Amino acid sequence: MSDLLTTLATLTFNGFVFGAILFLISAGLTITLGLMRMLNLAHCAIAMVGGYLAWLLTTRIGLNFYVAVPMAVLGTMALGYLLERTVYQWVYPASELGQVLITIGLTFIIVSLANLAFGGQIQEVRVPDGLRGQVKLGTLNVSAYRLFLLGVSALVVVGLWLGLERTDFGARLRATVDNRSMASCVGINVDRLLSITFALGCGLAALGGAMGSQLLPLEPYYGIKYLVLVLIVVSVGGLGSLKGSAIAAVLLGVIDTLGRYYVPSIGGFVLYGVVLIILLIRPQGLMGRA
Amino acid sequence: MNKAAQGFSSQRLGWIDAALLVAALLVWWIWPLYLPLAVNVIVMIILVMALDLAMGWGGIDALGHAAFFGIGAYAAANFALHVTQEPFIGLLFGALVAAVLGLVSGLAVLRARGLTQIMLTLTVATLMLELANSLKSLTNGDDGLIGYKIAPVFGIFEFSLRNSTAYWYALGVLVVVYLLCRWIVNSPFGLSIRGMRENPIRMRVLGVPVTRRLLLLYTLSAAFAGVAGALSAQVTLAVGLDSLAFVISANAAIMLILGGAGTLYGAFFGAILFVVVSDRAAALDPSNWLLGLGVLLILMVRFAPDGVYGLLRRFSKKDG
Repeated sequence: MSDLLTTLATLTFNGFVFGAILFLISAGLTITLGLMRMLNLAHCAIAMVGGYLAWLLTTRIGLNFYVAVPMAVLGTMALGYLLERTVYQWVYPASELGQVLITIGLTFIIVSLANLAFGGQIQEVRVPDGLRGQVKLGTLNVSAYRLFLLGVSALVVVGLWLGLERTDFGARLRATVDNRSMASCVGINVDRLLSITFALGCGLAALGGAMGSQLLPLEPYYGIKYLVLVLIVVSVGGLGSLKGSAIAAVLLGVIDTLGRYYVPSIGGFVLYGVVLIILLIRPQGLMGRA
Repeated sequence: MNKAAQGFSSQRLGWIDAALLVAALLVWWIWPLYLPLAVNVIVMIILVMALDLAMGWGGIDALGHAAFFGIGAYAAANFALHVTQEPFIGLLFGALVAAVLGLVSGLAVLRARGLTQIMLTLTVATLMLELANSLKSLTNGDDGLIGYKIAPVFGIFEFSLRNSTAYWYALGVLVVVYLLCRWIVNSPFGLSIRGMRENPIRMRVLGVPVTRRLLLLYTLSAAFAGVAGALSAQVTLAVGLDSLAFVISANAAIMLILGGAGTLYGAFFGAILFVVVSDRAAALDPSNWLLGLGVLLILMVRFAPDGVYGLLRRFSKKDG
């Protein structure tokens, strides 16, 4: 294969990995938006909490990566559940703008607490030794860890799809998204469903935050810095559509990576230009219902 | 007060206007050291008022007014560098350029509602930031645009760190913008805008050209935000990429809600409270003031969703 093609293929691979991380982080936001009609701007800060937890468990306590990440995910889910039962009860009845402001306030609180606890320097969750270095994928040399990331994300996608389409819980969730009051009429405990779903979304975000710290390094302002990107994924994909979010995340990841490499002078401009065009043609997003 | 009288009460200048004017004089009289901060407050009041026109009065969910603020600032700075240093013409030029951007982006932004609208405004602002970052000849990139001068106001009052010209100039601009905004919201056009916010379908049925009027409102809002940016460029003599940053858009929205949206007065209360508190808090404890702001925001939305102005109104109603 010529050098040009190899570069293109490597870049596309990296773009896919970036997209996979974006998807993990934005999946929970998409679900809460579709399900609760709530714009949770603190979602990215929750992903950061997951990342910091994993970092804490691996570096300070010295746990194995494969133990630390699931523990961080569970810890973040517990936190998410707790927050949903308390602060978010104030968010639900607020106006759209009120929701934006409360959750931005929550983001500020998490950001400054992270700053207090961990300081301003950039942190990275240590990659396990077995995943260091490169592996050969056909004629391509790719990072083993990134391949692992892609694999885990694919498993998550399959798991989400099975969970939504093939389980009782998924059926109840879909019913609630379609018609909340009807769902509660047929005996679905909507409040409990919301809490569990919210916690699950937080867990996915934590997974993205913990595993993606190589691409999106941990720092206290993580929750604000990457928020715009995550929001863009959700709105380009279409509110409440997981499939849309997945497509949008991969699309934007690839476009961003290619754009920054081939036309570095206008770097980020490419990404936002594409986003603007997509939203102009389809204001409801790629997979959104009009 | 009956309902009809209440609806038109925003037409009369009242005790709040008088109190604000007295406060402006007191600042100059008692705290001359804080005049630069006061100028900063005035710039923010104008920006928040511009946002109030679009968001509070028009019901347009805008989280990207940094685009207009920043482009107004860069326009005014470039104007002073290349055309003339006359301050008022520079201000108008900043407003004009921002208005053009408002008109063009409004065509896109107003097609959507709710979250998509928020995202579109956000995307426009981010695009402008990336554009400014790549057009180094106009913006000087990361280093920021400096080295331009502004001619004396009316040819007499020179801008200097030793006098208060910047303060009076900014205050004058604020008074003009405020009176213009009042006139706009109380005009027949402004009343129809209020109608559209409450029930767009009904207004359309009544034969009001809803989209065209909202576009005009958005353009006006962008122009005023451009004035705020141009003013900031003229008094600080420096424009950086941070004038286009998301933080500006978010802070403006926060100030508007703190003060009270859809009132015009909200801009004053919100900007004064936010800028002064954040300045004091940042001086005391730079890393933790965000924590306080977060708590304040949550409590504010929960217990005083209509802002400081709403609180004041509630208290004054109890008294009367």
